[in-house]
Amino acid sequence: MKHLTLPLSDAEARSLRAGEGVLLSGTICTARDCAHRRLFELLDAGKPLPIDLRQTYIYYAGPCPAPAGRACGSCGPTTSARMNAFAPRLLDLGLCGMIGKGEMSEEVRAALVRNHKVYFAAIGGAGAQYAQSIKSAHVVAFPDLLSEAIYRMEVEDFPVVVAIDAAGVSVYDKER
Amino acid sequence: MSKEKLCFLRNLFYNIRMRTLDTSVIGDCVYRLALRAGVAITPACRAALAATAAHEEGAARFALDTVLQNADTAAREHMPVCQDTGMAVVLLELGQDVHLAGMPLADAVNDGVRRAYREGYFRKSICDPLTRVNTGDNTPAHLHVELAAGDRVRVTFLPKGFGSENMSRLVMLTPAEGRAGIVNAIVEAVRLAGSRPCPPVYVGVGIGGAFDSCALLAKKALTRDVGTRNPRADVAAIEDEALEKINALGIGAQGFGGSVTALGVACEIAPTHIAGLPVAVNMQCHCIRCEKETL
Repeated sequence: MKHLTLPLSDAEARSLRAGEGVLLSGTICTARDCAHRRLFELLDAGKPLPIDLRQTYIYYAGPCPAPAGRACGSCGPTTSARMNAFAPRLLDLGLCGMIGKGEMSEEVRAALVRNHKVYFAAIGGAGAQYAQSIKSAHVVAFPDLLSEAIYRMEVEDFPVVVAIDAAGVSVYDKER
Repeated sequence: MSKEKLCFLRNLFYNIRMRTLDTSVIGDCVYRLALRAGVAITPACRAALAATAAHEEGAARFALDTVLQNADTAAREHMPVCQDTGMAVVLLELGQDVHLAGMPLADAVNDGVRRAYREGYFRKSICDPLTRVNTGDNTPAHLHVELAAGDRVRVTFLPKGFGSENMSRLVMLTPAEGRAGIVNAIVEAVRLAGSRPCPPVYVGVGIGGAFDSCALLAKKALTRDVGTRNPRADVAAIEDEALEKINALGIGAQGFGGSVTALGVACEIAPTHIAGLPVAVNMQCHCIRCEKETL
């Protein structure tokens, strides 16, 4: 499998094809339903965001608590489709890409193409395995949301599949 | 003999026969089962996943291999197999000859859930539906109590993830839609769910009853080992036909395509009204976790 370091260059992002397996290393930030709602409230109020979208890959996930001596508890992806309403605006504001699981809407696909970005699928239900690739995890925003807070994570060889590539081709297309 | 005297003698008799069980014993059982369930898929689930992996290729094969590797990692590291350690579904079959003593049953069950989710480093995923404020300890448990004969208590713990729960459906068919309508409703629920519930899924189906009991039947079906068949031949035939049609959809593991979209279909039935045919489809991801114990 191809090893890639985040953030990807434009050329690297464009070279990826839907269905391809890759190992990601670098920084990602978790955010799920509640964190997205908070980010949108800040955007709507014209306030600054706690994360720099232009440096961020959002991982749709909420980890288990980390036991002593571990960087992170189990942490696989959650269903991306619930974030369909949020992803296009964030991509247009410079978000580097997303990691989640399952199909996303046509609007998300169009936003990925427009911004030359990639949506990766992690394997759902493999939380213990993904925890082995997470080297550090720290809450950077919304600690009151507990597992739904935004965690900044350093990952190493984090296994994913290219789900929707920068040309808009989706690994899920054949299911319909 | 007067009615009063009869009643007195009967009470005396039953009080001797009645088994007294402290609810904290049930709470401790829930604690044990929750801790076990969070870190392990059932042996039947593992066997079903291993059998499917060999048939798949490409991204779907990669997904199934990762999931099997994950089961080993979770067991070795004693970590939750999935970060969604679920809503704590507790099904109690309570023998009617058991007298429960001690704290209220629901408190004892919640206490077991609270301790297990804290000590197991499980995610706390329960919140207010409107404010979305987390309860912080994964309580309250989703507790169903059913009376049974005898003096035993059967405890089933099912940590239910919501990626799959969200893809569940209930339809009120007409009697005329019959068997074909049932099969169609099951297959349609899986088709509409697509890649979202973490396929290959396990499909729990309730047929009959009423709006509420039908949904509960579907959930109970999920506590059956994957691969088992309903003892009634006509119900088992619905399970087989639905499974075949689901696996022809081509959704595959994680939605990456392939011949295995479901590991199994489990149907449970109950008598219904002459005017109706309720069908509930409760979706379970490939991470089937379910523990049982009899007290």
